[in-house]
Amino acid sequence: MKNRYFFIIIGLFFFFFIVLFEGLKNPNVYIPELQEEKNLSKFEAIDFYSNKKISSLEIFNDNKFYLINIWASWCLPCREEHDYLIKLKEQNLIRLIGINYKDDSENARKFLNEMGNPYSKILKDNNGTVSIQLAAYGVPETFIIDKNKKIIKKIIGPIDKKIYNEILLIIK
Amino acid sequence: MKIIKFLIIIFLYFSSFSSFSNEKYSELETKIHKNLRCIICQGQSIYDSQSDFAESMKLVVKQKLDSGMSEQEIYLFFKNQYGEWISYDPAFNTKTYFLWGLPVLIFLLGGAIILRKLAVLKN
Repeated sequence: MKNRYFFIIIGLFFFFFIVLFEGLKNPNVYIPELQEEKNLSKFEAIDFYSNKKISSLEIFNDNKFYLINIWASWCLPCREEHDYLIKLKEQNLIRLIGINYKDDSENARKFLNEMGNPYSKILKDNNGTVSIQLAAYGVPETFIIDKNKKIIKKIIGPIDKKIYNEILLIIK
Repeated sequence: MKIIKFLIIIFLYFSSFSSFSNEKYSELETKIHKNLRCIICQGQSIYDSQSDFAESMKLVVKQKLDSGMSEQEIYLFFKNQYGEWISYDPAFNTKTYFLWGLPVLIFLLGGAIILRKLAVLKN
């Protein structure tokens, strides 16, 4: 009788040990669900140039592909990806919307003068709330929105050559 | 001297209450903050964290409450945006049945062992 309890306890111990040990290997950092398609949620933001409040419904009103890019002048990886954004604009197949994240307007203007402005509209996100409405969590971050206003791709970090080609494949 | 010391202690004791009380946020806001995970800071709720991201999330919570959303609707909004991970109250589904079921299982097992022991003792 005692022997049986002993084996049950040892068995349970090993069972939990293995389960928890395997669990340790799982990453406990947030990994965004990049594959899932989501509807673009409605939000309001301040226009970078006119300082007027506009709704997302007014911005995404054409039957076109849209790219939302969260950027800031202080963000170094944003400089790396900027050339790809300019190239995308030149393709004329997708409309680029910039979200200027927690930035100084003057610095942002300088950045655009120096690097070029690929965006057809820029929105201010001084307190980070607009980005959260979009389920972003950092900068730079890019979203591709299809003609049905669904977010079909989410890119965390800067756009590189591989991602640039992927975007081209989607919009062509 | 003793009286002065006593008064200073009393003063510090009560002043600590006012400095720790969270006047910036309402009770409901604080409750919601405690139930939402700060996804860029490991193991902290947005209530615990003062990171830029958590501060922005607190602002969104305020905006949503002001726009008339209920507490549950706010959790749902964040879950829709960021996934189940953002909530400290995980839903019961295939990914979490072990999490929810295990305590019940251990409780039942423990109960069974105690009952058996009692039965043996009675006999």
